[in-house]
Amino acid sequence: MDAPADSSPANPRCEDALHELYHLLSGEIDDAKRSQIAEHLDECAPCAEPYDFYAEVRRCVQQRCKDLAPPELLARIEAAINHEAHS
Amino acid sequence: MADQAKFADLAMEHMSSLYSGALRMTRNPADAEDLVQETYLKAYRGFGGFEEGTNLKAWLYRILTNAYINTYRAKQRRPDETDLGEVEDLYLYRRLGGLEAARVGRSAEDELMDLFSEAEVKDAVEELPENFRMAVLLADVEGFSYKEIAEIMDIPIGTVMSRLHRGRKQLEKLLYDFAVSHRLTEPVSDAVT
Repeated sequence: MDAPADSSPANPRCEDALHELYHLLSGEIDDAKRSQIAEHLDECAPCAEPYDFYAEVRRCVQQRCKDLAPPELLARIEAAINHEAHS
Repeated sequence: MADQAKFADLAMEHMSSLYSGALRMTRNPADAEDLVQETYLKAYRGFGGFEEGTNLKAWLYRILTNAYINTYRAKQRRPDETDLGEVEDLYLYRRLGGLEAARVGRSAEDELMDLFSEAEVKDAVEELPENFRMAVLLADVEGFSYKEIAEIMDIPIGTVMSRLHRGRKQLEKLLYDFAVSHRLTEPVSDAVT
């Protein structure tokens, strides 16, 4: 993955951090790698910014995609299960 | 072996999560309700096979996914469902990343919530090709691990990762396109000048 447009050219630690961005946000990275990247993000603003940005995007998508099941559905399902249990 | 009498107590709390997922997949409230009901009935019948102590929500999602594929997919498939192809890395960040700096005292989260209404985010997710959409929903909305998603979708973990990689990038582009087409262009250029 490329480094952000305005960062200094091709630092392998930047490339590595950005390559792992989504895996880290998903908690799919081992502890050693995670602390290595966290250390890098502490000292590299051009990498920390996209991390913060995508963490917010993820939170936004999560919040926007929550629907409440209609109450009638619960009643329907409970009735269907009761019917099944007593048949 | 799980006890059927305990099924409702344990399983019903996941109904809104399953309903949200069903709604994103079927894009239709009546179908989503039927799909969730079918899922719960199948889960109830098969509850003896659920291993207590493992993730019940993941187990329910696996049943929902299978029910969706077997019952609903044929009638859901839309002829215009296209893969957007390659989307550049950091697509959304490069377009919107500097946004929060433009307005003092606003968090990035507030900015994004202003930019992307509930309807826009839902439309963008629902526009994703089906396989990508399911993977992105399970990972980024429901928070399942890659391994759990592999089990839910019954695909290898490498396939989960490649679908997520492409699905997330396509979602970035769709979010941007929706926001721009609705209203983004003007406010952003105003904010920057």
